[in-house]
Amino acid sequence: MKLFAILAFIAAMTPLAAARGADVVVGSKIFTEGYILGEIAAQQIESESHVPVRRKLGMGSTGILFESLKSGAIDVYADYTGTLAEAIIKNPDLTSQSDIEGALAKMDLIISKPLGFNNTYALAVKESYARQHDLHTISDLARIQSQVRAAFSYEFMDRRDGYRGMVGRYKLIFDPRNVNRMEHSLTYRAIGDNAVDLIEVYSTDAKIRQLGLRVLEDDLNYFPVYQAVWVARKSFVVERPDEWLALRKLEGRINEQAMLDMNAQADIQKMSFERIAAHFLGVDASQAEGWQNRILRRTGEHLWLVGVSLLFSILIGIPLGVIAVRYHATGQGILLLSALVQTIPSLALLCFLIPLFGVGTRPALAALCLYSLLPVVLNTYTGIRAIDARHLENARAFGMNSRQVLFRVVLPLASPMLLAGIKTATIVSIGTATLAALVGAGGYGAPIVSGLALNDVPTILSGAIPAAVMALVAHAAFELLGVTLIPAGLRRRS
Amino acid sequence: MLKLQHIQKAFNGKAVLTDVNLTVPKGATHALIGSSGSGKTTLLRVTLGLIPFEKGYVKIDDQALLSFTPTEWADRIGYVPQDGGLFPHLTGRDNVSLIAKLRGWKPARIGQRMQELRRLVDLDPVILERFPHELSGGQKQRLAIMRAAMMDPPVMLLDEPMGALDPLIRRSLQQELKAIFQRLGKTVVLVTHDLGEAVYLAETITLLHDGRVVQTGTYQELLQQPASPFVSQFIHAQRTLPDAGDPA
Repeated sequence: MKLFAILAFIAAMTPLAAARGADVVVGSKIFTEGYILGEIAAQQIESESHVPVRRKLGMGSTGILFESLKSGAIDVYADYTGTLAEAIIKNPDLTSQSDIEGALAKMDLIISKPLGFNNTYALAVKESYARQHDLHTISDLARIQSQVRAAFSYEFMDRRDGYRGMVGRYKLIFDPRNVNRMEHSLTYRAIGDNAVDLIEVYSTDAKIRQLGLRVLEDDLNYFPVYQAVWVARKSFVVERPDEWLALRKLEGRINEQAMLDMNAQADIQKMSFERIAAHFLGVDASQAEGWQNRILRRTGEHLWLVGVSLLFSILIGIPLGVIAVRYHATGQGILLLSALVQTIPSLALLCFLIPLFGVGTRPALAALCLYSLLPVVLNTYTGIRAIDARHLENARAFGMNSRQVLFRVVLPLASPMLLAGIKTATIVSIGTATLAALVGAGGYGAPIVSGLALNDVPTILSGAIPAAVMALVAHAAFELLGVTLIPAGLRRRS
Repeated sequence: MLKLQHIQKAFNGKAVLTDVNLTVPKGATHALIGSSGSGKTTLLRVTLGLIPFEKGYVKIDDQALLSFTPTEWADRIGYVPQDGGLFPHLTGRDNVSLIAKLRGWKPARIGQRMQELRRLVDLDPVILERFPHELSGGQKQRLAIMRAAMMDPPVMLLDEPMGALDPLIRRSLQQELKAIFQRLGKTVVLVTHDLGEAVYLAETITLLHDGRVVQTGTYQELLQQPASPFVSQFIHAQRTLPDAGDPA
């Protein structure tokens, strides 16, 4: 059976997964400061207690990190007291350190004392725009509320202590058509290009200086305090007291100026997070990885993601397609469900899968597998339905049993469509797999995600271009596969 | 010997075959003829064991269809579908040998049988390596006969053997088919709508109409002692065609 050759081919192109040891796993949120704090945590543990640390940096926002902590996929990461109160405790009125500690303890989460800086939300405009409209405080925005063009992150728009609370407190009425929701790092690009006038910033953000922004004073003291703290699972604190102690040595040691400097080193001087963290901690930067090795490693990770998820979507999708043809009602259900999966936004799907699969490769594989199911199922279904019914009747008249009819007649006759479906699934997966970096699965998505966080186009391209090349190679590989796998009698005549 | 006894078949309560009886002696060539809707295709499916029927027996050498598994039955009745019905994804050779392979024949045995049959249908060996879309109608027909005869079944059943062939090829292939049937020495049943073809290829004819056998006999008997006015009507309708060998 030639289809097994496809499976063997895919299995052959996927390297073996690294086995998971008892390392400490550090996560981070997906913006510059998160990466830096994650790297600091990792290097601090490495240099203080000499245990291997796995970094799962740039995983996403608080929701994903919280699920990852709960499921044990990561041990510790850095977050902010205000965010924890809002997004996890779901009680933004909790502001004192001890109240927040108490509420989190009930969820088996432990936080450290503040690291020493407050990174709160703030609103910022360009210096020139501020002068033009004489803007100093958030209250001053009332004068231009009908014309100002704003861009805010999704998180800011949806948090109770974000946009909604702010416009309520300041009694601002913006024109809804002028309020754009977008990825946080892109709001800087938007204001830099004068596409918008007003954005929300984090108060330690290096881009404030880089872009010449004026931070508007929170004259009504609306924004809560966002003290950076380490957040860990209780079991980590209990089982790894030395590592937790190592992290707690950093309490009160990172002030606002230090954090802003480190952010600037990353965003403006484009220093690597490893070097910034090493410099701050005064330890040797771990040996930097050469770019060839990096691309090779990412290619391996990406191939693994695409290959394994594809293997499963073929193993699941072809039988589902066959069932869909045989049983009409079930079939319509299967087709509908696999189409519905496509409509779930990838980030949301990853979020749903984290409680089931943890973080890292497994939820990414599951998501990719679900996404590539539709082309496989649909093409199997369509391919089989398109077979001339006389061939099936003839096969039975020759005394073939259903298994022989399926493997000797149905699947070979449908193989051009099957292969086309698998090809579509592969190429879509190569693109979608870049999102896997959001849950720490690596691959070409890693530079894309950190490049987006840093608003650094070359870094984005260092992931996007290899992904595009891989898609082209896959296309060519499938053309070759077609020559070998599709029976010669069915190949399109040129 | 193929025997159909009191075959009764209905679809959704509507009778399609009513009390059909037919006996084809060993080694004879018989044509089942009727216009479209006469029930001849249903009778063909019944004979092949593809669809269940309410009453009656299908027997080969006095052994009933129901006493065999579908596979065993298939090996007793070699089927040549309309236009050959070759699988497009297989070469001529693979089409012919497919069933023998599935039955676990050794390659040597398959090769030997293939050789015999190839000589019998007079087919150039290079044709075996080609795919159906590269073949002429006559080549496909011969491969289909080889495939049907592969398991050496006592009965051969051919559906519209001249089906979609053009008139010139029909004429020459008819002669070849007749010779092939003689060399095969099997009980052969042809299903056709074409009287000229039936008369040329078969010794006896059964005329089917509205799911019933109207008359069975030689062409001379049908012509000279028609069992009903419909028989004469059917014969004359076909004889008004410019040439009985042309497609209707």
